[in-house]
Formats: sequence, C-alpha cells, structure tokens
Amino acid sequence: MKGILKLAYKLLVNDTAKFTAMLVGITFAVFLMMFVTSMFSGVLKHASSTIINIGASVWVMDPAVNTVSNSVGMPDYVLDAVRSMQGVKYAVPLYSGGALVKLADGTYQSVTVIGLDDISLFGRPELIEGNIEDIYAENGFIVVRDAEFSKLENPHIGSELELNDHRGVVVGIAKVATSGLYGIPTLYTTYKRAIQYIPNPRYTTSYVLVEPKSASAIPQIERQVEALGYRARTKEEFMQRTADFFIYQTGGGTNLLIMTVISFIVGLSLSGQTFYTFILENLERFGALKAIGTRSRELVGMILFQATFTALTGYGLGVGLCAFLVWLAKKRLPSYAAMITYSNLAIALGMVVVIAAVSSYVGVRRVLRIEPFDIFRG
Amino acid sequence: MPNIAIQASGLVKWFGEDEAKTMALKQVSLEAQFGEMVYIVGPSGSGKTTLLSVLSGILRPNEGKVFVEGVDIWGLSSDQLADFRLGKIGFVFQDFHLFPRLTTAENAAIPLILKKRDWNEAIGEAKKYLDIVGLKSRADLPPVKLSGGEQQRVAIARALSAQPDILIMDEPTASLDGDTGHEILSFVHQNVLNQNRCIIVVTHDDRINEFATRILSMEDGKLRGAGGKPA
Repeated sequence: MKGILKLAYKLLVNDTAKFTAMLVGITFAVFLMMFVTSMFSGVLKHASSTIINIGASVWVMDPAVNTVSNSVGMPDYVLDAVRSMQGVKYAVPLYSGGALVKLADGTYQSVTVIGLDDISLFGRPELIEGNIEDIYAENGFIVVRDAEFSKLENPHIGSELELNDHRGVVVGIAKVATSGLYGIPTLYTTYKRAIQYIPNPRYTTSYVLVEPKSASAIPQIERQVEALGYRARTKEEFMQRTADFFIYQTGGGTNLLIMTVISFIVGLSLSGQTFYTFILENLERFGALKAIGTRSRELVGMILFQATFTALTGYGLGVGLCAFLVWLAKKRLPSYAAMITYSNLAIALGMVVVIAAVSSYVGVRRVLRIEPFDIFRG
Repeated sequence: MPNIAIQASGLVKWFGEDEAKTMALKQVSLEAQFGEMVYIVGPSGSGKTTLLSVLSGILRPNEGKVFVEGVDIWGLSSDQLADFRLGKIGFVFQDFHLFPRLTTAENAAIPLILKKRDWNEAIGEAKKYLDIVGLKSRADLPPVKLSGGEQQRVAIARALSAQPDILIMDEPTASLDGDTGHEILSFVHQNVLNQNRCIIVVTHDDRINEFATRILSMEDGKLRGAGGKPA
C-alpha cells in the first residue's frame, strides 16, 4: 500500500495548480473558522475575567445577573443568611462597580473597582509591587498591571488618583490571570472603601463569595440560596452563564455560527470542486489503473489519502496562519482578545474532516463507477 | 507452460434490455496460442473491443467461458480477477493513458508499484524496460514532453514491466502516423513477441498486417475468417 500511496501523493502534489487551489481553499476556511472562534473564545474568557481572577468556588447573586460586570445589589441579610447555611465554610461580600479616574490632562478614564472583604481580602490579586496590608492604608488602591495599565498613565506606588472626586493612592501593583473584556483598567480596594467612593443604590453587595465545606455541600448550598430567592452558582456555572449570555443574547453566537458556516461553505466549495475536477481529469487514468489490475479498495485508498493529505496540510497551514496573526496582533495590541483553544482546534478539524469526507466521497463514487471497458471504448 | 494462451467458447454479450438490446458478441469462440500475434480486425461497432475486454477479464460476458492459461477467469472474484490481470495481462491502450504528472519511468513502473514492489526498485526495473523500448534517456521526463510514438513506447514499457504472458493492444496505431505505427508494431513483433507470450491486437489499420501471425475478422458480433498469417 505504501507504493500506491506514494503514487497517489505524486499524482496529487505534481498537479501544482489544483493542489495549490485545494490548499488555499482549506487553509482559508480553517483560518476563518479558527479566527472567528478564537476571537469569540477570547471574548468569553475576558468576559469571565473577574470570576477567574477572584477564584471563589461558589458565587451567590441575584437571579437576574447574566455577567459578572452586570451585578445587581443584594441586601446585607443575604450575606448573614449565607454564612449561617449548612455546608458553608465561610462567606464574604464582594463589590464590583465602575468609577471614573481623572487623568493629568483633565480627561477621565473609566475603571472597574473590585471591593474585597475587609477582613479576609478573599480574592485578592497577586502583588508584584507593594504589600497587601497597605490596602488598609488611607485611600489605598491596588492597580492591576495588565494591557490597560497604561491608560492610567502607568502609575507607580505612591501615585495619586482622583477617583470619583475622591483621593486615591496607589499602594500596590498586581497581576491577574486574565484582563477584562471592556478595555478598562482594574483597581482593587477594600469593600468598605469601594462603597464609600462609588455612588450606590440601596443595596451594595454585588456578590457573596462562598467557600463550601466540601464539594458535595454545593448542591445543598444552592438549594438553600434558592429558597432565599437568590442563586448560588459555582465558578464554572457562572462562567457558563456569562458565555451563554454572549452566545445567545448578544447576537455573538449567531454571528459566530454564520461566519463558521460561511467558512465551511467556502472551504467545501473551493476544495471540493477542485478535488472533483482533479478526479474528473484523471478519471480515465484511474480507469486504466483499474484495467491494469488495481483493486477498487486500493483506488478508494488512493483517493482518501489524497483528500486527507490535502485537508490536513490545509488545516496545519490555516491553524499556523491564525496563530501567527493572533501572535502578531497581541504583540501590537496586548489587550487583543483572541485565544486559540483546543475546542477551536477541534471544531476546525471536524469541519476539515467533513470537507475531506465530502470531497473524497464524490471522487470515490466517480472512480468506482468508471468501468475499465470505457477506457477501451474511448 | 501450456501452449494455449486463451481459449474462449460460446461468448455472448449484449448491452441494454428489451427494445434497446444490442448484441455485441454472438456465440464467439477463439483460441490463441503462445508465440502468436493475433489481430482482430473489423469495422467500427463489429464487437472487436467488446471481445478484447471479455478476453482480458474486464467485461463479463452474458454467456460463454474464457480460459486464460487454463484458468476460468470469469469464475474468479473481482479481487482475484484484478490480481490475475495484474499478473498475467499487459495492456496497451489506444490513447496511452499515461499520467502526465508522473515521469516516464514512474509511468512505466505503475504495474510494479501495484504489485507492491519497493518504489525505487520498481523505478529501476521500469528503466530497464524503457531501455528495451529505446527511451532510457527520457526516463525522467513527463510523457507530455514525448512524441506520440514515444508515448506509445512508454505504454508498451508499462505493459511489459509486469512481465505479462499476454499482451492486449487496443488500436495501438490509431493515435500515431503511419510510419510511427508501423515502427511500433515492428518493434513489438521483433522484441516483445516470443514463444512464452501471446499478443492480441485490435486494429483496423491494414498497413501493419504484415506482423500478424493470424488475422481474425469480426463483423456484426461474429468472428469470421479465422485464418492464418496473411500473404
């Protein structure tokens, strides 16, 4: 079979024009699929950045909350009630809100302010400069050094910020696992200071972060919280809810689907049509091979090999091109929200396999139907 | 090796059904021996190509039997038949059917590659056959760089590379000019035909009749005048 596959390989790659056309079709399709799904994955990850960075196992929230940035304040009794629930090891409040920082040139920059529980500082970021205790200092804020850091004019420890007409002092520089989606800097402070600095409605607790006594206690906690009229969601459930919001309620999912289908159609039509032409052009020669003594399954093997080889080469090129462009974009724009995941790779591979299967099916049908007798008849 | 290469009896082949039914072969019987170069001649539509296809294990007859070297070829499974053709029969087609994207040597090596021989070994052996047909120096060129006569020689080298006992040639001179056609058949007669090989040629080019051992004439699906060597 090795020699037959080499024969199939030579027949394929020596037809440079068609091989190139097929590769371009598949590469372009894979690139589009990968790029669109990667951007969407990046958006989803960044949209869940606070959930990832805070790292709490269970989040208690208003049932209406769709994403972490659209919190709905809860009354203080919710925190007390959760703390008294069975299965809860401890629970702390978390504030999440937006504020405006006045820059040196008089313009304003939106920021996200995360207020951590004053006692435990649960969910605090990893500091790369300063001491975490300094967060208790007067007007103390920790600035996250991410892609948006420069929008605050690259503050350092001791820099002063004018935040909603309040004085703030940078006491630490932190790093986080994931930066936010909306391209605005993030500040951490204590819960009490956050609700002092930012005008709030009646209820100020954005979330209650819960550490369960064990993983098995989570369903019990969820039931108790639901009885209270609120929702308890695990970290993964909350991230999924955020993803669902972007997929189903923003049109992002529809756009993703449309782009992916278009990429698939482009790839299938370009590569499938060219492969079919390639088969048609060589049909009589395949018939001659059949007459000489090639078994049908060997011909099928040749065609499957040609389709698979083209598809996988195009897949590799498409993935490589996408990875290169994402890398290039991230180099120029650190906040560029595209992320190649195993799921993206699997989706693109699945579609390429379908393209290869359809192309080879059409080719195999034609080749199996040709009778060597037709070769004699001319 | 038995002296009878091909023995066919009572061959009937029709195409289509009912009103569209066309009889291509009507009770055809023939025998060809090793060392013979048998021509099957006749007008277009007389059934020559159908007979050639039935004899070479490509087209199943509706009735009758074909024995090649004593083997009832239409009693074989399709895989066995493919192996049989690969091992015993060499084909030279009217339009050569060479792969334009392969080199001349690679084209000539195809039967050896199909026989699962090592690639380089197959190419090396194919070059020996290209040498026999006088094209060793063209081994690395694609067929499109060769003349029609040279391409037909490559097709002959391809057919010979599997060392077949029976060589089937379908209108071998139809795509060639008169001189080249004559030269090709002369070459086959002198260098390919031997006591261990039988060559069946379908043609209606009477300028090459001098090379035939026997000429069989077909007309309206029937074999006539199974005579000997023409004068």
